[in-house]
Amino acid sequence: MLITLVVVSLCLYLSFQLISGDPATRMLGTSATPERLAALRQELGLDQPVLLQYVRWLGAFVTGDLGTSYVYHQPVTELLSSKIIVTLSLALLSFVFMCIIAFPVGIYTAKHAGSVLDRIVLVVNQVIMAIPPFFSGIIISWVFGMILHLFAPGGYISYTKSIPQFVGYLVFPAIAIALPRAAQAARLIRGSILEEASKNYTRTAYSRGNSTNGVLFNHVLKHAFLPVLTFMGMSLGNMLAGSLVVERVFNIPGISNTLLTSIGNRDYPVVLAAVMWIASIIIIINFLVDVLYRVIDPRTAEE
Amino acid sequence: MTNVRELTSQAPTNLPERSSSSPHILASPEEVAANEIVLEVKDLCIEFHDHKLPERVVENFNLVLHKGEIMGIVGESGSGKSMSALAIAGLLNRKTISKSGQILFEDKDFLNCDRRCLRKYQGDEISIIFQEPMTSLNPLHRIGRQVEESLRIHHPRLSKARRYELAIYTMRAVGLPEPEKVYRMYPHELSGGMRQRAMIAAAMIGDPKILIADEPTTALDVTIQAQIIDLLKEINVSQGTAILFISHDLSLVEQLCHRVIVMQQGKIIETGITHDVFTNPQEAYTKALIDAIPKVEL
Ligand SMILES: Nc1ncnc2c1ncn2[C@@H]1O[C@H](COP(=O)(O)OP(=O)(O)OP(=O)(O)O)[C@@H](O)[C@H]1O
Ligand SMILES: [Mg+2]
Repeated sequence: MLITLVVVSLCLYLSFQLISGDPATRMLGTSATPERLAALRQELGLDQPVLLQYVRWLGAFVTGDLGTSYVYHQPVTELLSSKIIVTLSLALLSFVFMCIIAFPVGIYTAKHAGSVLDRIVLVVNQVIMAIPPFFSGIIISWVFGMILHLFAPGGYISYTKSIPQFVGYLVFPAIAIALPRAAQAARLIRGSILEEASKNYTRTAYSRGNSTNGVLFNHVLKHAFLPVLTFMGMSLGNMLAGSLVVERVFNIPGISNTLLTSIGNRDYPVVLAAVMWIASIIIIINFLVDVLYRVIDPRTAEE
Repeated sequence: MTNVRELTSQAPTNLPERSSSSPHILASPEEVAANEIVLEVKDLCIEFHDHKLPERVVENFNLVLHKGEIMGIVGESGSGKSMSALAIAGLLNRKTISKSGQILFEDKDFLNCDRRCLRKYQGDEISIIFQEPMTSLNPLHRIGRQVEESLRIHHPRLSKARRYELAIYTMRAVGLPEPEKVYRMYPHELSGGMRQRAMIAAAMIGDPKILIADEPTTALDVTIQAQIIDLLKEINVSQGTAILFISHDLSLVEQLCHRVIVMQQGKIIETGITHDVFTNPQEAYTKALIDAIPKVEL
């Protein structure tokens, strides 16, 4: 797992060499004299060979030192931790919303497959999946903010000021993030339940006197959850990596906003740290999904 | 085996010795015919409406099953044996299937009563085991939980300890070695024969009046097959359970069944006491089936 992080960071380091523009020019502007540029490069260590720069960065990284932002002259850890708290809150909220919507809808439509409501949900699902997040973000801002006045669009409130208000503000962007994924997950859950329902063991379960709900909740659901688990993990990973569009539309200072700005600024220490965060998250989630698989399915636990 | 209704009040203190060598002598067909009737099927018809034209897969199926009787159903593949069995077990509930006739158990008509009423009997008075022991058990649940399931459903007030005791008792009775250990295992850890025994334990734990066995040995090898047949005999003799035994293996039917029903293309073409049908078949089709039995005796 750590190997993955090393490979990702190395690739990133090498890719910095490929994109045009260097941090020193960005910081001093194009009118700066060559001498000043060279002095700054030396100060930042950018005059050294790439691999040496990388090894230095890696050495510091393992000791927990992520360096200092070129642009904000602030330790990267300090700079990013507040963004990560914001993104983490938004992601967890989105994930909870996704589950709250997807499971009941998926289970209901599977149980009543072919009913009128099932068909309506199918159409609604497809529409929701097709809407790009910036558009749903704007719609949600407009409906809940401008018309219903449930929140002030663009009026982000930091968690340092008021946690309830901070969460209250995040609810709406979280819905924007959760909706398309919930629609997908509901479809997946429905299909998965229907597939399991045709298996032999459900017939056995019925033969013992189980009701439809008994078969569904005591037998089928655990099976049906397995293929959904991977999707859930992927979704959580994506949410934790930050949703750029939603952060922009709702004016939230999260990780992906910062990442984009830092790439623009060639603020490499920040970029590296943000990407490391995202990569670690994905790795951890994959690991957790694996563990859950083993907990749920004794057949995979054996291998 | 002991009756679950007694066991709900008292502990199974003296387990009967399992003597695998002792032959289980079946009652004679005449003896069982004098017993009370436990199941009566009248004019059962089953139609599929999956396609434009309805397909009639079972037509005018009639059956009388007495207490302690083993009834065989034979016939070629696709002759409607499984469909009849599933209908009797109350497992044909798809909207595209239409059924008519009567399935009478005690004072109830399984075919024409609602699911809620039917469920009271499923797994308690009427149990079923299937051809595919590999897939009939839930792979994500431990064997013990599955063996106990019908107790959980039909005797919800039974304590956990008593349920466990009954499960272990039944598992031992169907010949599962080290039942305490098997109780904690998952289906994939068992062989096909053991899984089928676990299925039988789950079916028998509530001491049902009727056990439907739909080709219970087809997926098993010959020695295991003989053991399972022996177990069914034992259950029949010791518990008085009526068994509906479906098979395309006529030699098994000859060994096990008091009476036999021969089906072809959804219809019963011949029925009678097994010995009579086998020695003196009335229909050319039955004769052909019997002639196809390999003559080598085991
Ligand atoms: N969904 C379906 N739609 C239409 N016909 C079906 C359907 N399922 C099964 N059948 C038909 O029902 C008939 C009876 O099938 P059934 O499973 O009862 O046969 P069987 O006697 O048990 O055969 P086998 O020995 O192979 O188990 C078959 O002819 C089959 O083609
Ligand atoms: Mg069959």
